[in-house]
Amino acid sequence: MIILVASLILFLVGLYAIITKRNMIKVAVGFSLMEYSVNFLFAIVGFRPGALPPILQVVEVGKVYSDPLPQALVLTAIVIGLGVTAFMLSLILRLYNRIGSFDLEEIKRLKG
Amino acid sequence: MLELIVLLIFMIAAGIVAVEIRDLLASVIALGAVGFAVAIGFIMLAAPDLAIVQIVIEVLSVVFFVAVILKTTHVDSAAGRPYKPADIFTFVVFGVFALAFVYFGIRLLAGLAPMSRELGQVASHYLTQGLAETGAVNRVTSVVLDYRALDTLGEATVLFTAVMGVLAVLRLEGRRK
Repeated sequence: MIILVASLILFLVGLYAIITKRNMIKVAVGFSLMEYSVNFLFAIVGFRPGALPPILQVVEVGKVYSDPLPQALVLTAIVIGLGVTAFMLSLILRLYNRIGSFDLEEIKRLKG
Repeated sequence: MLELIVLLIFMIAAGIVAVEIRDLLASVIALGAVGFAVAIGFIMLAAPDLAIVQIVIEVLSVVFFVAVILKTTHVDSAAGRPYKPADIFTFVVFGVFALAFVYFGIRLLAGLAPMSRELGQVASHYLTQGLAETGAVNRVTSVVLDYRALDTLGEATVLFTAVMGVLAVLRLEGRRK
């Protein structure tokens, strides 16, 4: 239970960065933190105490294995997260070259 | 479970450092620390495939961040500026939302708390029948490449689209110069 709540708090740290920071790199960092916390939460949900990795020839009776379904889901999510981060960073780089600053307040003040 | 709690405390601390520190390069390095802690956590949670992928992706993402920062600036000029009343309103709204989020999160996740629930019907079918039906010793592989191969195709499409987007955005910059 503490573990689940701790990953929720990590999610909130990322959300805090996205909402309150005025630096675009910090916002991208916040997105990455949220993504990590959600991936970690899924891996925790698929885990059971003392579980073995789901890599095996025969399922032995009496042994517990972790759930392969959330793991496959997170595998997809990690890779898509990299794509999102790369695209976000290229947009940030482009905005910086146009404006000369990472500051969101300055970008908000611009017209046209 | 104790080591997982310690790891999560480290992750939260490194996350707060990444969000609050003024030097952007240091912020990105702290983000990398969080990512590698996630990889260690995946190993603890019996998910070695995820740990491998997480390490590769984390190295790539830190390289992206550092490349952007080295091309621009690593000084967070927005940090340390005094807050306006509108910002304080934002903080208050965020605080209220955070409390509500944690409260409802605890209520929702209470059913999963001991992490000792039985495997679902689908998951236990994948676990017991995976080798016979797909021939893959690694059940995660059998899910990704056989049972849900269309999802993986969608993932590849998303990644391809992201690469095309990055190329389109960065090439525009090159042409302008």
